Amino acid sequence: MNSLIPLLVAAPLAGAALLLLGGRALDRFGHWIATALAALSFAFGLALFADMLGRDAEHRAVVERLYTWIPVDGFQADISFQLDQLSIVFVLLITGVGSLIHLYSVGYMAHDERRRRFFGYLNLFLAAMLILVLADNYLLLYVGWEGVGLASYLLIGFWQHKPSAATAAKKAFIVNRVGDMGLSVAIMLMFAEFGSFAFGPVFGAAGDASQGKLTAIALMLLLAACGKSAQVPLQSWLGDAMEGPTPVSALIHAATMVTAGVYLITRSAAIFNLAPDAQTAVVVVGAVTLVFGAIVGCAKDDIKKALAGSTMSQIGYMIMAAGLGPIGYAFAIMHLVTHGFFKAGLFLGAGSVMHGMNDEVNMRHYGGLRKYMPVTFWTFLLGTGALIGFPLLSGFWSKDKIIDAAFAKGGAEGWILGLCALTGAVITAFYMTRVVLLTFFGEKRWQPDGDGNLPHPHESPKTMTIPMIVLAFGSVFAGGLFTLGSSFLNFLEPVTGHQEGHPPFNSYVVSVIATVCMLAGVGLAYVMYGRGPVPVKAPVGSLLTRAARRDLLQDDFNHAVLVRPGSALAATLVWFDSKGLDGFVNGLAAAIGGLSGRLRRIQTGYVRTYALSMFGGTLVLVASTLLMRSV
Amino acid sequence: MSYLLSATCAVPAAGAVLTAALPAGTGEARRRTTKAVALAVSAATLGLAIAVAAAFEPDGPRYQLTESYSWIRSFGISFSLGADGIGTVLALLTAVLVPLVMLAGWHDADPAAPEGSFESKRRTQGFFALILAVEAMVLVSFLATDVFVFYVFFEAMLIPMYFLIGGFGDRAGGPDSARQRSYAAVKFLLYNLLGGLVMLAAVIGLYVVAGDQGQATFSLPALTDAISSGKLVIDPTVQRALFLGFFFAFAVKAPLWPLHTWLPNAMGESTAGTAVLITAVVDKVGTFAMLRFCLGLFPDASKTFAPAILVLSLIGIVYGALVAIGQKDIKRLVAYASISHFGFIIMGIFAMTSQGQSGATLYMVNHGISTAAWMLVAGFLISRRGSRLIADYGGVQKVAPVLAGTFLIGGLATLSLPGLAPFVSEFLVLVGTFTRYPVIGIIATFGIVLAALYALMLYQRTMTGPVKESVTGMPDLKARELAVVAPLVALTLLLGVYPQSLTRIVNPAVNDTLSQVHRIDPAPAHPVAATNGGEQK
Amino acid sequence: MNPVNYLYLAALLFTIGASGVLIRRNAIVLFMCVELMLNASNLALVTFSRLHGNLDGQILAFFTMVVAAAEVVVGLAIIVSIFRTRHSASVDDSNLMKL
Repeated sequence: MNSLIPLLVAAPLAGAALLLLGGRALDRFGHWIATALAALSFAFGLALFADMLGRDAEHRAVVERLYTWIPVDGFQADISFQLDQLSIVFVLLITGVGSLIHLYSVGYMAHDERRRRFFGYLNLFLAAMLILVLADNYLLLYVGWEGVGLASYLLIGFWQHKPSAATAAKKAFIVNRVGDMGLSVAIMLMFAEFGSFAFGPVFGAAGDASQGKLTAIALMLLLAACGKSAQVPLQSWLGDAMEGPTPVSALIHAATMVTAGVYLITRSAAIFNLAPDAQTAVVVVGAVTLVFGAIVGCAKDDIKKALAGSTMSQIGYMIMAAGLGPIGYAFAIMHLVTHGFFKAGLFLGAGSVMHGMNDEVNMRHYGGLRKYMPVTFWTFLLGTGALIGFPLLSGFWSKDKIIDAAFAKGGAEGWILGLCALTGAVITAFYMTRVVLLTFFGEKRWQPDGDGNLPHPHESPKTMTIPMIVLAFGSVFAGGLFTLGSSFLNFLEPVTGHQEGHPPFNSYVVSVIATVCMLAGVGLAYVMYGRGPVPVKAPVGSLLTRAARRDLLQDDFNHAVLVRPGSALAATLVWFDSKGLDGFVNGLAAAIGGLSGRLRRIQTGYVRTYALSMFGGTLVLVASTLLMRSV
Repeated sequence: MSYLLSATCAVPAAGAVLTAALPAGTGEARRRTTKAVALAVSAATLGLAIAVAAAFEPDGPRYQLTESYSWIRSFGISFSLGADGIGTVLALLTAVLVPLVMLAGWHDADPAAPEGSFESKRRTQGFFALILAVEAMVLVSFLATDVFVFYVFFEAMLIPMYFLIGGFGDRAGGPDSARQRSYAAVKFLLYNLLGGLVMLAAVIGLYVVAGDQGQATFSLPALTDAISSGKLVIDPTVQRALFLGFFFAFAVKAPLWPLHTWLPNAMGESTAGTAVLITAVVDKVGTFAMLRFCLGLFPDASKTFAPAILVLSLIGIVYGALVAIGQKDIKRLVAYASISHFGFIIMGIFAMTSQGQSGATLYMVNHGISTAAWMLVAGFLISRRGSRLIADYGGVQKVAPVLAGTFLIGGLATLSLPGLAPFVSEFLVLVGTFTRYPVIGIIATFGIVLAALYALMLYQRTMTGPVKESVTGMPDLKARELAVVAPLVALTLLLGVYPQSLTRIVNPAVNDTLSQVHRIDPAPAHPVAATNGGEQK
Repeated sequence: MNPVNYLYLAALLFTIGASGVLIRRNAIVLFMCVELMLNASNLALVTFSRLHGNLDGQILAFFTMVVAAAEVVVGLAIIVSIFRTRHSASVDDSNLMKL
């Protein structure tokens, strides 16, 4: 059975190779191959899951070692996969949602001439993401980590002819690289400290290491997580990443890849648990991002960017939960999974709307679409309900647990975190209601596209609606199912550990408060956008709104602090290289040239001058010989 | 005594003479004969190099397949060859790259001047003969076990390189490209001659010092044995001076910051194939020689100077990458990227850990392959448009997707994407440096962010965006060009996921080098019980 | 007669030849002056041979004569060909190699 584990990765990898190298012959049916291989991988995942459930909790983790990847004295990296409870959750999420989004893309990308390549990239992403969650050591994890970065780069920039897409792709890769630097430093620290970077040995020996070293390792891992999961301060790439085709935003930039940071922290629980200072940093990053992302989500008129802000904010919740330690790990993962369902569903819904509206993304140009796209509307509504934590839907269960855990942290810290989480809940409800109202309700504000054609909204084809319906089911039921008898918690506990939190008040009270908060947000949005007509052109807005539209000035900050000085430095060095270093060399050459030009004048070209100097020389020689002898 | 090594070196040398002697002519048929002969010779050399690698036993003695022919007996000089793990893989790299370089430059030496003019008569013969001559000399350098023989060929390869750089440009320069080219060629020659001259003094000095203690020989194994067994003790001051003499020559060739300024000119003005020869083959002799000669002959001085050299290489890593970001010329950008990579190689060597040195050796191979892929595709691109300026391109991906795809893979390899070969070596170098010099290791990781910047900016500016008018109708890669790129891409992938094939050969030689300098790896602070992570739970 | 007088003669001849080389421009004359110097040294050599009573000097004189003969052949050929192409035997006119 364990030999299925490599096949999980191999299936999409083979698909990627086939589609990217196969040539035009595969143009007509290549997308079905890719979809089938993704589904096959999902089937393998289900089989492995069934197999795992057949064993008792202690024997569920298995390791499948393929071969030694890099053997150098004292340094051994293996191509080796580890499938445990945490990995299988991710495997099922990745391949399950992945397969659905492959199916959706068949419809969404039907008219793109480079569809074959798109599916090749999607398969490549699946393979890399599976390597990331299945690796049994940090170096192999790093391969998956950068592999998903590559897939993300290729897919964000899929429409490369648009300069904005190409720029966004590059930005995403480079910001992620900054995070990856953290991961590589963390691996180096582990190697210097433990002589290994495989999960088992490192976690086993973590207790021996000094507090300072552990904190350093944990902070570097946090840096990596910030990059991949778009957390403050490395969050700036996610909004721009929406330049990619919408299925990509759903799969990579909502459901799976961006949650890799949460996986990394949860997986490294053994290190973080021993480094409380680093945990505090994690919590702070999560709390700041959850508010930050939510504020940005409120101001965006671009439906995908609003959702991207929401993704950032929701991952902030997860990161915060993971930073809380054993009371939060399992809930972080649970929210991650439910978020995977509803956020992917929301993005697919957004894609469906764009599909019907000539690729318009500005919500101020939507309005009244619920009659034209009923399936999209209902699935989107259910997803929204799940996201804002409408009672009994998925998000309600998972988010409440996180708010619970935040309060359970205790002391002033607990209150601050809990209030942050509640504030986030209010804002989340506000911006999601705003999105629904602007898109599906109100009067039509449709604008003609570049060619002057008014959009003719229509429901999307079956290949697109089916995945949306399936994901809507997940959005509705997954949370309740997981909470029922704490099944999810018990399943994960052997890996992540669990510790019951003790919030200052009963968890039912938290649920009620959270629900009230949610309703407040919904009501506020209704008051602002539901009652009157919505202007087609965005009003100027307050200072905060304007800042939020510019992503709270994050790009301006990066530009001023990093990009501008950086390019100035590069320009200075180019100048220094050609004028300074090379100038010195050329100057030296010119000096020698000049000197020899002077010396050349001695050579007059007249034979008699040479003869005279010869005679003179001989005379001196003879005279000095005689002189020497006489002395 | 087997004749495998001498055959490996002699075949390209004889091929060079043969190619040069082929009947001159300007017709297409004559030229094709010349090219076919040269390509066949380089393929035969590749076969011999593979045979050497196959015959090499990783667990055997350090130098294998040794041969020795008396040359200048009164000075103890003999023409002796021997393959060790490091030399073998580099010889293999050379033999792999040369046929591809020839294939890539198939039309680079077709006469630009009108048919029948004096200039064009022997151009094709000359170009291919020079490439083979370089190959022969580089192979001897990698396989020589005699210091003097190494020196002679280390210097002699400058001559064919000089003519390759100065005589054959990429026809994409500005109006004064001929002047630029001769400037680049002369600069290359002067820089390297200066380095060689200093080294000659050190070689003679070494002989004198060794002769004073009854070890009058140029044989490298004999000298290193005498040094490590204490029979030959070089006074510390003298040792430092000799070390610097050797190191200076290698640092110019490698090139190490701040001795690098000849490289961008030489790579920018020459053909893409020649640029690959420079950066992927000839420069490797410099880093290779640091590992073999500097560390083997002057262990104490190497340790003394290691921190200073590490700082220089660190500057090179960051500086090269930053200057690459600011370049406007595609080929110069690749050249500065190479300078950054050479920083990594030298850093790995002088970190003096087994990870660092194995990584550095792998790095030489991987950098050779990946830069060859990147540079040759860049060359194909440049030959289509006739310009080296980045700003002259845009949207190529739309009209020539395969070209753009391979260019991206080359760029991704350059930025050390995991799964591709350079990642393995770069990470080994970083880890190996970090365990001994943590601060330097951490600063060097900034190089990976900067590498992403220059590689992706180049791709973005040339390949993406709306199709520029100047590139419309640009043809995609032809079969010949695909045949050049495909093996390189395949090797990049293969060595990325299965580097064992090389590490197996390289590791013993690296350990031997480390024992010569009496260095052991720093032990981890809290070692885990078992080093084999895979078996753990 | 005292053999030393021959040495004075040789010195005189050598000086004449040397000043000729330094002063004259005509290649033929220069050439004759060089010959004069060579023969002056021959004379000195033979004289020394006589003075010391061995044959070393005479042998050396023979060598000089042979070399001088060879030199005359090559030198005259060069002068003739230069005269043909440039219609001048002045050494100052042949300055093509001078930058």
